[in-house]
Amino acid sequence: MNAVSGGLRLDAGPIDYILIATYFVFVLGIGLIARSQVSSSVDFFLSGRSLPAWITGLAFVSANLGATEIMGMSANGAQIGLPTFHYYWIGAIPAMLFLAVVMMPFYYGSGVRSVPEFMYRRFGSTAHLVNSISFAVAQLLIAGINLYLLATIVNTLFGWNIWLSTVIAALIVLSYITLGGLSAAIYNEVLQFFVIVAALLPLTIIAMKKVGGWNGLTSKLTHDQTHSWPGNGLTGFSSSFLSILGIVFGLGFVLSFGYWTTNFVEVQRAMVSKDMNSAKRAPVIGSFPKMFIPFIVIIPGMAAAGLGAFAGEKKPDYNNALLFLMRDLLPNGLLGVAIAGLLAAFMAGMAANLSAFNTVMSYDIWQTYIQKDRSDDYYLGFGRIATVIGTLVAVGTSAFASQYPNVMNYLQTLFGFFNAPLFATFIVGMFWKRMTPTAGWTGLVSGTLGALVVAILSKDALGNLSIGALNLSGQGASFVSAGAAFVVDVIVSVIVTMYTSPKPESELRGLVYSMTPKADFAEGEVAHWWLSPTKLAGVSLVLVIILNIIFH
Amino acid sequence: MAQTTTAPTHRRAAGIFDVRNIIAALFAIYGVVLTIMGAANYTDSDSRKTGGVNLNLWAGLAMILVAVLMALWAGLRPIIVPAEDGTTDKASAPKEF
Repeated sequence: MNAVSGGLRLDAGPIDYILIATYFVFVLGIGLIARSQVSSSVDFFLSGRSLPAWITGLAFVSANLGATEIMGMSANGAQIGLPTFHYYWIGAIPAMLFLAVVMMPFYYGSGVRSVPEFMYRRFGSTAHLVNSISFAVAQLLIAGINLYLLATIVNTLFGWNIWLSTVIAALIVLSYITLGGLSAAIYNEVLQFFVIVAALLPLTIIAMKKVGGWNGLTSKLTHDQTHSWPGNGLTGFSSSFLSILGIVFGLGFVLSFGYWTTNFVEVQRAMVSKDMNSAKRAPVIGSFPKMFIPFIVIIPGMAAAGLGAFAGEKKPDYNNALLFLMRDLLPNGLLGVAIAGLLAAFMAGMAANLSAFNTVMSYDIWQTYIQKDRSDDYYLGFGRIATVIGTLVAVGTSAFASQYPNVMNYLQTLFGFFNAPLFATFIVGMFWKRMTPTAGWTGLVSGTLGALVVAILSKDALGNLSIGALNLSGQGASFVSAGAAFVVDVIVSVIVTMYTSPKPESELRGLVYSMTPKADFAEGEVAHWWLSPTKLAGVSLVLVIILNIIFH
Repeated sequence: MAQTTTAPTHRRAAGIFDVRNIIAALFAIYGVVLTIMGAANYTDSDSRKTGGVNLNLWAGLAMILVAVLMALWAGLRPIIVPAEDGTTDKASAPKEF
């Protein structure tokens, strides 16, 4: 493992630790109350039933504003600069609006609770098993990234070496899960969102002041770092045309639609709404804060580069961009708030990965295929063991994650493997009723293999495992491998469908567009225009286009 | 999950467990601590870090303002919770994925 750059050390004082502790008293306190089930109010909030749309919308964004996003996007900002904004304005908002308007009727209308469950109902048990296994593996790999980033914070706080920091971080997450921190998920997410904004907003303002405002920032960075198009720095393509194509198709379509429409940590937040209208509005409402988050995540990263945080380093560790700023700019007090926000986000992220892994292992794999009909206690016990084993595996995957100077490269590669084929299978399966169960699982497997082949042939998408036969590097390699996964998945699905038999139409109701009652898509009468998901989505789209034009 | 709760007999405000009140409480604590830090313990090293801005003081005051607004919002437009009448079932709580 790489040592975290030199002697980067956060000089936290007693007051900072008190503020950090205060946060965890809040989070764990609510968790304990939730677990002891004494309050119907807590229960109400956690089940989310008839929650106002602004809460589900905020939880929707916050579930995604984790370690990987905060550190990864600021690292990207430090390394690549303004093109990173594409992850939000091209790579998130359109997909969130698509999820709200087009996909939500299927999810909400059919009442499924997970992606594997949807796969089971649409394509049967083999596709379900394939998807469950791939989901479980993906969760462990992403948990490794979260753990690595959490260990980085522990390392910069206490100066322990990275191995010890990783083990300590893993123990912290395990105790957080055991103490019930995760059972208060919706509280944590909303609370976390505000704390992170409270920490990053002053950090951004001071960083911009010190770097000399927008003009000072642009004068200290290169031309490519301060222009979002064509974004060659992001894709690593030398041709501007291919770069734009890669961003629009690879990032904007395959990766982002794949991520936002099939990621059930996200979709779940909208699924608990009280009715179809609220379910559709949650992602739309979430898109408004989402489009302004880059200003407090990417801009500080760029400012860190502008302030010379990485000057003279042979192998700059961009992952630490925010930590550099926190060390150099924040006084004790606000520093504690910032550390609390980051720790909270990283722990919650890894805990959510482990919990998702646990659920899929226990119920989708073990109960469905290996040990049927045992008692609830048996599966709960199995789940606990799965969580501990998952944590141990994550310690290993975090070692792999640590070889990336910018974790965003790695994360996008993983999304290409797991989300891109899933999105292809979903979208074809939702609009083509003939698509067969066999096509469902063969498409998934071959799509993932397609992405894997491209990643191995690239220069660095899989770190040391890549052999460099193709001239692709950085996030451009992830975009191409995601594109390959999508195309291979669709082609294989179509060919296999030709030779196998489809499901009877009676079983596809609510799962396929042409078999779904039109009423599910119709907009009910609403009192105000802003209560209409489609109209609100239109406003969001116009706003994001304006932002794209201003910061082109 | 899509079901509407069967007309509960009692309804009451979510009270202290309204997430807005929890935000208000946390931000009030943070805001007061930061404001005191800024007012009483604004050191030269802080000033050098921030380029002459008393960041703790301003951030603290802003957080107190947020706390007040959140508490006001929760007080004026409370979220109504169906009171315990046996319809609360844990099974429909979101699974974590």
